[in-house]
Amino acid sequence: MTDPISLSVVDAAAALRRGELSQDELFTAYRDRAAADDTNSFTWLADDATTALGAREGLPGTDTPLAGVPLAVKDLFCITGVPTASASNLLRGYLPPYTATAIDRLQEAGATVLGKTNQDEFAMGSSNENSAFGPVLNPWDRTRVPGGSSGGSAAAVAAGLAPAAIGTDTGGSVRQPAALCGVVGLKPTYGSVSRYGMIAFASSLDQAGPITRNVADAALLFRQMTGPADRNDATSIGWAGDGGSGSASAIDLPTAVRLDGVRIGVPTDLLGEGIEPGVRASFDAALKLAESLGAEIVEVTLPHARHALSAYYLLAPAEASSNLARFDGVRYGNRADIGDGGLVELYTKTRHDGFGPEVKRRIMLGTYALSSGFYDAYYRRAQQVRTKIVEDFRAVHQDVHLIATPTSPTVAWGLGERTDDPIAMYQADVTTLPQSLAGVPAISIPCGLSDGLPVGLQLSGPAFAEQSLLDAAHALEGALGFDGTAAFDPARGAGAATPGSATTGGASR
Amino acid sequence: MIDRDTVLHVATLSRLELRDDEIEPMARELSAVLDHLETIGELDLEGVEPTAHVLAERSPLRADEPSPSLPREVALDQAPDASDDGFRVPSPQA
Repeated sequence: MTDPISLSVVDAAAALRRGELSQDELFTAYRDRAAADDTNSFTWLADDATTALGAREGLPGTDTPLAGVPLAVKDLFCITGVPTASASNLLRGYLPPYTATAIDRLQEAGATVLGKTNQDEFAMGSSNENSAFGPVLNPWDRTRVPGGSSGGSAAAVAAGLAPAAIGTDTGGSVRQPAALCGVVGLKPTYGSVSRYGMIAFASSLDQAGPITRNVADAALLFRQMTGPADRNDATSIGWAGDGGSGSASAIDLPTAVRLDGVRIGVPTDLLGEGIEPGVRASFDAALKLAESLGAEIVEVTLPHARHALSAYYLLAPAEASSNLARFDGVRYGNRADIGDGGLVELYTKTRHDGFGPEVKRRIMLGTYALSSGFYDAYYRRAQQVRTKIVEDFRAVHQDVHLIATPTSPTVAWGLGERTDDPIAMYQADVTTLPQSLAGVPAISIPCGLSDGLPVGLQLSGPAFAEQSLLDAAHALEGALGFDGTAAFDPARGAGAATPGSATTGGASR
Repeated sequence: MIDRDTVLHVATLSRLELRDDEIEPMARELSAVLDHLETIGELDLEGVEPTAHVLAERSPLRADEPSPSLPREVALDQAPDASDDGFRVPSPQA
């Protein structure tokens, strides 16, 4: 019979439904691989499919949409009774009393939880090197980073340790690791998936999304994560249909193979310096392929996009400084030993001992940007830049349906290469930040290899245009024919990256 | 430039202890990052409304109705120190 590891989420759910595969068989196949993982992708693994049920009882029915497919879940999602630390020493050992709505909806749809995945601490990072559980290694080359902050989620999917994973994206944290690991990552429209039960980083930007082997799987998981807004959940606006005009409706699994009539804008502002030649070549070849499928490629400008990095690295830390104020050693998490010290010492020492260096840096930066005398020059100004970026995207979408950029200016870099240089690290997000600030949906799909390492293509669209985005990504994916299974090989190792069977371009079909 | 005093002031606001040997590196790193972010100072943003939240017009409001919250023993379960049905902390005066 077919190796269960080779099945996509859509195919595995179908096999489970038909009874060709048992839930236990599928879970055990992944559990065994994940337990032998040497990329450090997981922070916790379930013993069996019923371990992480939250408030539920028993295995899901095979008549559900996901029929018992196990998922890897980023550590920052609360699941009742399952260790949830957002990869921070401050929260190590914390067992939440409730389950995040996004995960609850997936479980309701028949998913089980295979494990929690490694990430940058509180989702702050672009390389997964800021984790209290240690760095994650890129399955394509174990001397390189997987990207971040959802690095464990992306690496687990790329290495075939899970059929799919759930991550979160604040400035690129689903898309960029997906790109660097050669898998698909969808950041939905801001607000379309509930944030309830996600340990907050920057609430005006945080968004949960799936990381998968293909576009159809991303569509299936997104469909189950979103839906009509829960009336009691202020973090969710529900998904409102294509273009934002319709009422909440289901996402169809994409079947498109052509791009006829699709106008794709390429923002010249984002393709300047900093894009590696190999990434650029792969991106250009993917655009040519899109043209051969019937798409029209036009140049567009997002004049304020180059200021997205500055605005983001003021807004996100400002919000983080406020969100992370709750970690004070009183209600949950680990408390520092202060002997005879007082309450303020309890706060300051707990936070000193519990937070890692990047988290401290961002709390300090955010507090500074919000502090008296600097608020107008930094925080308010960054919010005004966000307005200009939102307007840029709206203007461009008067003319084009979708916008294409490389997901990341570079392929995966070496472990440790940027850890001493925060600015070089922040630059990794330069092509994903504008979409985050605009709140629009964006997807990264693998579009080829450069020096044996995956390159990601980012497509974005207007708010609630998920369906057209997924359709276009699916058509392009079929023509690109990227084969990521080379990274399933656990022996793939240290500096041994060699070009796999996939190459940029390829014949359209 | 972020100097040592500014770092200490912001650390106090952040309720974050910094050891002596952590102050200078923090000042250096914050200065470097802020220098890089200064490009937003170049823009003319006169009269531009700030955006706190991209889809604020769609934000739902829930009805203000009483509903059960976490039971006390569940809320206290993960506390580092709990007693007498509450979170125990050292004295603010200590």
